[in-house]
Amino acid sequence: MQEITEASRRRGRWTGWLLRQLRAGGAFVFRDYHLTRRYASWFIVFAFYDIVNAATIVLIGVAGGSTGLTLTLILGVLMWSFLSRLFGEIANSISYERWEGTIEYTFMAPVSRLTHLLGVSSFAGVYALVRVVIVSLALLSFTHVAIGQANLFGCLVVLAVASIAFMGLGLIAAVLPLMSTENGAQATNIVQGVLLLISGIYAPVKYLPTWLQPLSRLSPATYALSACRKLLGIVPGQAQLVRGASLVSVLPDLGILLLFGLLTVPLGLAVFTVAERWAKRHGKLKRVG
Amino acid sequence: MPLSGEISATADLPDRERAISVDRLHMSFARRSGLFRKSREPFVAVDQVSFTVRRGEIYGVLGPNGSGKSTLIRAISTLLIPDSGEVRIFGLDLVKDQARIRRLLSRVSVDAAFYKKLSPRENLLYSARLYGLDPREAELRSLAILKRLGLRESAFYESLEEMSRGMQQKVAIARAFLVSPVIVLLDEPTTGLDPKSRRDVQEFVLELRNVHDATIILTTHDMPEAERLCDRIAFIHGGRFVAEGTAGELCGVAGTADLEEAFLKLTGDDLESDTGEG
Repeated sequence: MQEITEASRRRGRWTGWLLRQLRAGGAFVFRDYHLTRRYASWFIVFAFYDIVNAATIVLIGVAGGSTGLTLTLILGVLMWSFLSRLFGEIANSISYERWEGTIEYTFMAPVSRLTHLLGVSSFAGVYALVRVVIVSLALLSFTHVAIGQANLFGCLVVLAVASIAFMGLGLIAAVLPLMSTENGAQATNIVQGVLLLISGIYAPVKYLPTWLQPLSRLSPATYALSACRKLLGIVPGQAQLVRGASLVSVLPDLGILLLFGLLTVPLGLAVFTVAERWAKRHGKLKRVG
Repeated sequence: MPLSGEISATADLPDRERAISVDRLHMSFARRSGLFRKSREPFVAVDQVSFTVRRGEIYGVLGPNGSGKSTLIRAISTLLIPDSGEVRIFGLDLVKDQARIRRLLSRVSVDAAFYKKLSPRENLLYSARLYGLDPREAELRSLAILKRLGLRESAFYESLEEMSRGMQQKVAIARAFLVSPVIVLLDEPTTGLDPKSRRDVQEFVLELRNVHDATIILTTHDMPEAERLCDRIAFIHGGRFVAEGTAGELCGVAGTADLEEAFLKLTGDDLESDTGEG
């Protein structure tokens, strides 16, 4: 009887802990949702720029009269829009706190850094997805590509797995604004730019300069794009699409993406924890703006 | 009346009664200097400070701008890791038991740090969720605290950026007390408030101590406020505790009629001076 009581007490404690973590993680979703709502004009401006940028790039494929090239560009635009937004929102979450002057308040709340960053990442994922859906719908008025033979479900799976890896990279980059108030946010843009360059977003990485090609292996977007091109039936250099590959045939790419996620998320958390200690030791949480 | 470096007379209290123990706390930073701000020189913000705060006590820390008050509060808030020394909250070590200590603490800083675009309701519900509280209960409680502080109900839903500093500070105080903290760190909570708002906040602070058994550290450079609220007061100057005691004891030691003169006599400085970084 005593054992049962002890077991149920332990279960109750665990449930209580889980509920607190869910509420705490939900706090960041709640906050970011309301901030996005209040900064609606920014959202509209960014979405408009995304659409214009995407349409400009995709029209290059339309002008070339190549379905393969057009779909390659659409894939690149949409995937980069999603992954870069996800990465950017997580990486800049600390910068936003500095601008608002709330960083100290957030850091003294009884929330584990894992819960904190998962909460931020959850909203960032939904936010990035909404932006991609808007851009996708807008692109329909610029071009139409028949993708009846494409494996779209497979693409969604790849995108979901790649998201974990990009969250991890975002966590690592979030350290930069934590350590440097003035230069941290700009440094995350440089990291994002390098990822854009080396991942073969709009063309396969074999077209990169030879000296740059090895670096492409360090970006999860390289593997996500490679897998999605196969799933959509894109053959590099060929104008017509072929039947999209099955999910099984891109398992090696998926495996690498998963490995990226399994490495970068714990690494990101570890790096963040070390940087947080450093910031507290040197009084770097104090300054805002 | 212990001076800097000495352990307070409360050192022999049992752990249950000793809410906060600070022992030889030292905190320094590097400050950029020179023509191109390339060189760094060390700057001591808190210098070997020791004191103890009893459970249910309001402990005042008085000093001019830049004397180390805010750094001391930040260190106790787990926002800084000290160079040396030890801080214990109900026996828990500030560095090793951070997660547990954060559940006990709440802080109000001189600058009301909020998401200014959000309303008090949104800011307070965000805080409540962060601390794992039920949002519905938290909403009712937030409204009750804000009304108690004299804020009209409609302001609960308005953007904070449209509110006066006094109103923002009241929301900050509501946020600090919403989570029923055991320890409250008030860093110049009434600076910049009009007399009515200041009185509202002071009465609320007293009520929280008297009714809810909160232990409070209050930094201020407002002497009447310190005399009215604080059970004991420490004078801080140049990062060091210069004197500690009740208002009466401090005046007695200095041989002065009021606390401001006592501060001037014991520190050789006045409260309106600016002695560097905080």
